[in-house]
Order: sequence, then C-alpha cells, then structure tokens
Amino acid sequence: MCQRCCPQRGPPGRQLPRGLPTLGSPSPSCSTTSISRVNSPHHFLLLCVRAAAHDKVPASGDGARNALIVVTVATQQPREWAQARFTTPWDAAHTLSAPKMSSEKIASLEFSHEGIKGFHLSHKVTSVVPESALLIVLGLVLGGIVWAADHIASFTLTPTVFFFYLLPPIVLDAGYFMPNRLFFGNLGTILLYAVVGTVWNAATTGLSLYGVFLSGLMGDLKVGLLDFLLFGSLIAAVDPVAVLAVFEEVHVNEVLFIIVFGESLLNDAVTVVLYNVFESFVTLGGDKVTGVDCVKGIVSFFVVSLGGTLVGVVFAFLLSLVTRFTKHVRIIEPGFVFVISYLSYLTSEMLSLSAILAITFCGICCQKYVKANISEQSATTVRYTMKMLASGAETIIFMFLGISAVNPRIWKWNTAFVLLTLVFISVYRAIGVVLQTWVLNRYRMVQLEIIDQVVMSYGGLRGAVAFALVVLLDEQKVKERNLFVSTTIIVVFFTVVFQGLTIKPLVQWLKVKRSQHREPKLNEKLHGRAFDHILSAIEDISGQIGHNYLRDKWSNFDRKFLSKILMRRSAQKSRDRILNVFHELNLKDAISYVAEGERRGSLAFIRSPSTDNMVNVDFSTPRPSTVEASVSYLLRENVSAVCLDMQSLEQRRRSIRDTEDMATHHTLQQYLYKPRQEYKHLYSRHELTPNEDEKQDKEIFHRTMRKRLESFKSAKLGINQNKKAAKLYKRERAQKRRNSSIPNGKLPMESPVHNFTIKEKDLELSDPEEAPDYGAEMGGGIEFLANVTQDTTATDSPSGIDNPVFSPDEDLSTLSRVPPWLSPGETVVPSQRARVQIPCSPGNFHRLAPFRLSSKSVDSFLQADAPEEQPRTTLPESTHM
Amino acid sequence: MLISSDQIEQLHRRFKQLSGDQPTIRKENFNNVPDLELNPIRSKIVRAFFDNRNLRKGSSGLADEINFEDFLTIMSYFRPIDTTMDEEQVQLCRKEKLRFLFHMYDSDSDGRITLEEYRNVVEELLSGNPHIEKESARSIADGAMMEAASVCVGQMEPDQVYEGITFDDFLKIWQGIDIETKMHVRFLNMETIALCH
Repeated sequence: MCQRCCPQRGPPGRQLPRGLPTLGSPSPSCSTTSISRVNSPHHFLLLCVRAAAHDKVPASGDGARNALIVVTVATQQPREWAQARFTTPWDAAHTLSAPKMSSEKIASLEFSHEGIKGFHLSHKVTSVVPESALLIVLGLVLGGIVWAADHIASFTLTPTVFFFYLLPPIVLDAGYFMPNRLFFGNLGTILLYAVVGTVWNAATTGLSLYGVFLSGLMGDLKVGLLDFLLFGSLIAAVDPVAVLAVFEEVHVNEVLFIIVFGESLLNDAVTVVLYNVFESFVTLGGDKVTGVDCVKGIVSFFVVSLGGTLVGVVFAFLLSLVTRFTKHVRIIEPGFVFVISYLSYLTSEMLSLSAILAITFCGICCQKYVKANISEQSATTVRYTMKMLASGAETIIFMFLGISAVNPRIWKWNTAFVLLTLVFISVYRAIGVVLQTWVLNRYRMVQLEIIDQVVMSYGGLRGAVAFALVVLLDEQKVKERNLFVSTTIIVVFFTVVFQGLTIKPLVQWLKVKRSQHREPKLNEKLHGRAFDHILSAIEDISGQIGHNYLRDKWSNFDRKFLSKILMRRSAQKSRDRILNVFHELNLKDAISYVAEGERRGSLAFIRSPSTDNMVNVDFSTPRPSTVEASVSYLLRENVSAVCLDMQSLEQRRRSIRDTEDMATHHTLQQYLYKPRQEYKHLYSRHELTPNEDEKQDKEIFHRTMRKRLESFKSAKLGINQNKKAAKLYKRERAQKRRNSSIPNGKLPMESPVHNFTIKEKDLELSDPEEAPDYGAEMGGGIEFLANVTQDTTATDSPSGIDNPVFSPDEDLSTLSRVPPWLSPGETVVPSQRARVQIPCSPGNFHRLAPFRLSSKSVDSFLQADAPEEQPRTTLPESTHM
Repeated sequence: MLISSDQIEQLHRRFKQLSGDQPTIRKENFNNVPDLELNPIRSKIVRAFFDNRNLRKGSSGLADEINFEDFLTIMSYFRPIDTTMDEEQVQLCRKEKLRFLFHMYDSDSDGRITLEEYRNVVEELLSGNPHIEKESARSIADGAMMEAASVCVGQMEPDQVYEGITFDDFLKIWQGIDIETKMHVRFLNMETIALCH
C-alpha cells in the first residue's frame, strides 16, 4: 500500500493507522440515501474507492472528494506502478529517508511488529538506534526526573504486571502471526537451541561465575553454587521481547529470524523450570538437595513444556470452535480471540506450566481456523488490536526497564561480577551456537553458515523476562539479590542498547542475507504448491518418512477432519492459499489502480458517463457460465477472505451498496433540479455558494443543445444511430489498440456522441500527436465530432482553465461533451498534471488492457471479444473474478 | 551420482520393492504406493518418471519402463545442494531442478507451457479442494499466465500474442526465489515404510 503515498501528502507517515479513519467516517456520498436500488447483476469484485479518501490528494479538488468511484478490476494490474511512483523526487527522497516504508507495504500480512510506536517522525534516528534502546534511555531520563522529584522510585516494573499484563500480548502477537510453515520447518533446530542451548548457557555461566568466585576475584559475597546457578538460569534465556524489538528492524533473512526468535519463545519452558528448580534448591539449602530432586527437576521440565503446549493447543481448539459459531454475533468475535488466548495463559500459569508456551501455541494453532472463521472486520480488528497491544506493551516494558533502573536501593556494584557475567554470556552463547550448529548442519538441508552463526550469537539479547525473574527473587533466600538485580539490568542494557545498536552495522558488514520483501506472485505460489506435491510424492516413492511426508500427511488430516470441525462450511470452501493470493493480488491491483488515478488528480478515466453502468467495464451482459464459479464470487461468499488493509476491506464490503448509492447519486444529480428558493437558505457568511442556479440553467441549456445537435446531425448527415454505433465501435477498437489503456469498454448506447467525445478528449490529452491520424480516418458525423474535439484541445491550453464549460465563450457543441452528471460544481476536474498525462497512458495499464494468450480452446477470458456486437471489453477477466 | 552409496542401496531396495523384484518399473507399479493416492498431481509426477526428457534420453516421448539407473536419475533431481559446490554448479543444479518442473508442465514437449497446459496443471493442483470449481482454477491459470507474460515480456503490444512460457521465461519467473527448501529431499535415515499391504 505504500504506493499510495503521493507527493501531495506531506511528510511520510506510517501506513497502518491511516486506514483507520475510513472505518468511522464514510465519505459524504456514501451517506446518500439510496432511493432506488439498482439491481446489479454482477458478483464481481466491485471495488468502491472513495475518491479523495480523507487523507489524500488535496490538490485534486473538492470535486474528487465527493466522487465515488466504483471500479471493477479483476486483472493483474501493472505492478510497475510501484516503481513508477517512486520516480518523483519526493518519492525518491521518501524512499531514501524511510527505507522501512517500502517493506511496510504488506505489513499487515507480515509477521512483524509494525506498530504504533513513538519516534516515527524521525526516521533518521530510528534507522540507527533501535527503538528499544531509545525507550530505555527515555525511561532512564523519566526515572531520573521522578527520582529528582521525590527520591522514591515510585514506578518500577513489577513482575506481576510484567507477567500478567505486558508479556501475554507480545507473545500472543508472536504466536498468532507466526509464519507456521517456517516455524515448523525449523522446529527441530529451534528446539535444540531453545532447550540445549539454554541449559548450556545457564550451566556454563553459573559454573564459570562460581569458579571465578572461588578464585576470590569477586571479593566477599554471600553466595553459594546454587545461587550462581539460579542466576545463570535466569540470565541464560534469550528474551523474546528484546529479540523482536531489535530484529524487526534489522530484516535478516527469515530462516535466521525464525531460529533466533523461535528459540527465544520456546526457551521459556526451560527458563521456568530451571528457575523454579534452582529457587527451590536455594530455599532448601544446598546440602539437602538429593538426586531425587534433580530427577524431579528433569521430569518437571517435560511436564512444564509439554503441559504448556498442550494447554495452548486445547485452548486453540476451543477458540477455533467458538469462532465457528459466532456468525450472528460478529462484534464479539475479536473479543473471543483475546479472552480465550489469555485464558490459556492464565490456565497454564495457574497449573505452573509454561504460560508463554501455552499462549504461543494457542496463537500458532488457532490462527488458520480463526482467520478463516471470523469476518473480515473482526480479522482486521484482531490484527490491529493485537499489534497495538503488543507494541504498547513493548514500549511500556522498555521504558519501565529504564525507569526501574533509577533506584539507588537496588544497585550494588561488583565490577568483577558484572563484567564477567557480560563476558561469559557472550562467549558461552557463541560457543553454544557454534557447537549446536555443527551438529545441526549435518541434518539440516539449508546449512547455517558462519555468518548466520555470528548473527545468532550476537542476537542473543537478554531482556525484561530476566529482569522480572530476578526481581522476583526473595531477599531472604538469595542474599545477594541486589547484586543480581543490578547485574541483570546491566546485562539487559548492554545487550539491548549496545548489541542492538551494533547488530545492524554488523549485519550489513557481514552481508547477511537479508529478507527481501516481495509481493506474493501467483506463479510462485502455484509452482510452490507443485513442488510441495512433488516432494511428498518423491518421499512416498522413495519410501522414506521425511519432512514433506509428514507435512503432506498433516495437511490431509487437517483437510479431512480438523477443518471440517473447526471451520465454517463457507470458509472451508475458499481456504486455499492459491485462491487467496489470487484474490489478494487482484484486490491490490484494483486498489492501486484507483489510487494511481487519484494520485494523478483525475478520476475521469474510471468514470463512465452513463448512469446505468457505473463502471467503465462493460459487464452488462455477464457471461453466465463464468459468473457463479468465479473466484471472487467464491471469496465474496466467505466473509473472511484476505484483506489488504482497512480501507480496502471496508470498501469491498460496501461496494455493492455503494454502487447503488452512486447510481442514485448521479441520477439525482442528473435529473433532479432543485427549486430555486432552496438556495436562499444556504446562505453562508464566509462562503459564496457558486451560483447553483446558473449551473442549473447551463445544464438545462446544454441538454437542450445536445438534443438539438443530435437531431441536427442525424438529419443532416443521415447517419442512423446503429451505423454510428458500429463505426464508433470500430474506432474505439482502433483507438484502444493504440493506447491499450483502460478507457471505456462500454459502447455507449444512449448517447454515443457525448461519450465518444469524452474519450476523444482523453485520448488527445494523453497523446495529442495522434490526433491527425484520427482526423484522417474519420468521416461523416465523426468528423464533425473530431472538429469539436480539436476545438476543445485548443481551448484546453495549460493556462489553468479547469473545465471548458466554465468558459463562457465556449462553442456550443463543446458543451455536449460534458456528461450530464458531471455538472461543473461536482466534477472531478482534472488537474493540470492530469491533463498533460491522463491516467490512461498505455504503459501503466498494459495488464489491464486486452491482451492475448494463445490458446486453442474456448478461452474463458477471451470470449469477451468474440461476439461482433459486443465491444471488446477492456477488462475481460473481471467477469470471472 | 551425487547420492551416497548408502542411499543408493536404500533406493535400490525400494526400487525392488516397487517393481516386485523385476529389473524395471512400469507405470502400474506406482499404483501400489498407497500414499500417492492422495496426491492431486500424481499422474503428472509418475509421468515425469517416464519422461524421456527427464531421463536425458530424448527430447520427447515417454519410456514404457525404467530401470534402476533411470530411477536414480530421476531421484538425483532432488538431491540437496552440496556445500562444496561453487556458484556455477549451484546455478546449474538449480536449473536442472527447474527443468524438471518445467517438463512436468510442458506435457507436449514443445518447449512451451501453453495456457492450455498451464490450466491443466492448475486444475489438477486445485482438485484437492472439492469446493473449487474448474472455472476458478482456469481463471487462476489465466491470471498466472498474464503475470508470467508481464514478467517475461514486459509491456506487450496489443497485437502481440504470448505463446506460452518458454524455459527462459520460466527461469525469469523464478529469478530471486530460493528453491533450496523447495526442491530438495534428504535421502537420509531412509526407513523403508511398509508398501503393498
């Protein structure tokens, strides 16, 4: 959606929140009461886009604001726009200054925290310093202010708040938007790092510190081996919050990301167990620990981790089942998602299982079914709320980490201890990673290179979980609690601030494979699917149980049983990735198509002069065979198909109604003349109402003139309407071939004259040098019109006359060009720029344009131009969208 | 060839199992693989095993039966990329793999995936979902074809006709996409699973 940024828009902003206003405030024309409901026969993707949708194109004038454009677009539309639009200097600057923006295009579809956080305005700062580091610094400053005020650390990050309110949203967000395939594809690796790696880190760090302590380097501390191990266990775990915060800005390749991030999520079970075990050991006292306790500890690891996972899965099942039956209570759907997943967290916390695992797996398992079941609005609500909560919580966490640090009471310094801890966690992390990768690479298909290992070691950030755990320690039992707390704070600050700052340059310097953001391609998806099947078939044939075999089995099981239980019937139909991508692409094309028009300041190219066909694509004769089966019909049925952003979603939903509204609107505009007296009431002190009466008069005048003109022409030239239509059609074809743009595919039946002229005008504006050719091949009435058009072009000097109608000395015949509903006050007046370069320049819409593929059979989308009297539709594919 | 001797042994055992101790495998033998039943494009895949192009025996046509060596040739398309390979070899390997897929699409071996062929494959791919009708599959294929055309040819003249995806175009489509995880099978820890019950 980034393409929508247009030069007029001002400073670059985040895309996500922008869609929001559209929800609440429909454009004025939408509120027009529909008087007669036009029964539109099409089930196509009718995309209604509010012209000046609130936030853009001020330059296109107020006319655009009221305009409601309904466009039926179904094709793959030029993706070149994305590039084309970055050609203006502003865009280029924008691209340079905010490299993040472009990757935010599909932020909503992506597994990333593009949240609503601070520091947006200064992209320069955030491109260097990660937000988490900035927040910590801000927190320190705030903490300093608070401390200076009353010398009490009034605000601290308490473990209760952290574990019950701040952590769950972040983890749920992580789970719910987890790229499942990637996650499960690397599950073995992730588990090894999470379990073995964390145990290794905890043990080595604890033991080494103890060893140094024995050597006397740390001076006199009231600690034993168990205290060190306890400390090691809480400092060992890589923190999901910190990893997310830092890695999302680094954009390393997704395999690397999922390994580090997955590890940070799944190591929770290990951390919880180690922490609890050692804490109880410390409580018991070192000498009373028996072998049985150790065994218990190991057993409890399995109970905690598997139990937590199980709780998550059970709640995910419940959640999916619940959302299956919320068809009539749409507004509470989003609530269920949050409440039930939070319940899974609380339940496993209550059972002393791993709560993070529970809520992670709840999110991971339910996402497929929930996303299919809930309505689009709910899905969007869930997505935005989740992102908002997560980034809010993240912000609070880092800020409070900073604030909590300003408290002299918790500080106890021991240089050797602090420094050695820092050294040990970094060194052992690196050693652990290298050792485990060495083992893993013998089994992994995609090898983890040295560079990856460096990033993985360096990305082992510690964060708020460690802090919360260390604060939880009881001073009575752990005598050196304060030392542990201050060391943890130092470690967290060091990893988040220092490593967070340096990881980006490091990644750049090492040339780590970055994740390139690509739009989903239909071909890619299709081939990918084919590969999946081939691989599983090869595994079947070669008779081994491999990864693909398992995945294939699972997807069969899922399709046969799980989806039947957990998904709505309508959702089952359209849950196919390929369909979704297809749909998604079409939607995106449609949106950017309209957006492009808006950007260029004129919507004229999607407008159609006749009111019974609001769209310029001719689908007045829907091909019966294709309509019902069309993909978009299928997807329309299912309310929760993919959606791209808030706006598109909202638009799609209303499109049909809006079509009707618009029809009504135009009908009113065209045929209803308001009584003169009414205008008297519209008195405003500050605004001079443009002379409506005059407009009306003019309008009436135009109409009369047009009628007379028509009769005059037919009388004089003896061309009957049919002939003219046929000729027009021919010309239209020729013209279309020439600029292969998206102009009207519709053959204007009721008033061919004016429609044609409009088109003619468009054409000439786009490439005036072609005009003579046209003149040459024209004859009869068409010649007459051509003259008219040429007159127009003459009048259309770039001196800023907005619409020829305004000029009083206009040739009478010119007036006929103005479609009736394009009455001067309301029209989209093409801006100067748009006139020079009307949006239907051939290059941009070549994919929307008629286009031939060789095919021997009956071609479903070429049928369109088969019949003779049927003008070639410019958007043939739309028919089976 | 690039598969270790252990793996070859494993595959040989499997081959015998499939062929019923015959020196060659015929198409029918593949019907005995129970898990293959559910594969929507199984006919295409089985066909690929007998495709002369894949067997490097000719430019078109199908073999009636394949021996173990041919079987290995097909299997070797799926070997993982070796870390010791240099850039050129990796590219070559990638090309080979894509060629296999291309041959599967291009059923009439004319070096082009025509719209008709593409539609065929897409229909089969989507046949797993009973709710998707043929029309949808076709329009998806159409869309994909358009996309391919726009990727490969760029802007088209209105009168230009896109004949179909050639192998070069096919490579273009795949440009920049990792197939490391997509086209590799690890022939490791091969535990032969029970076949013909």
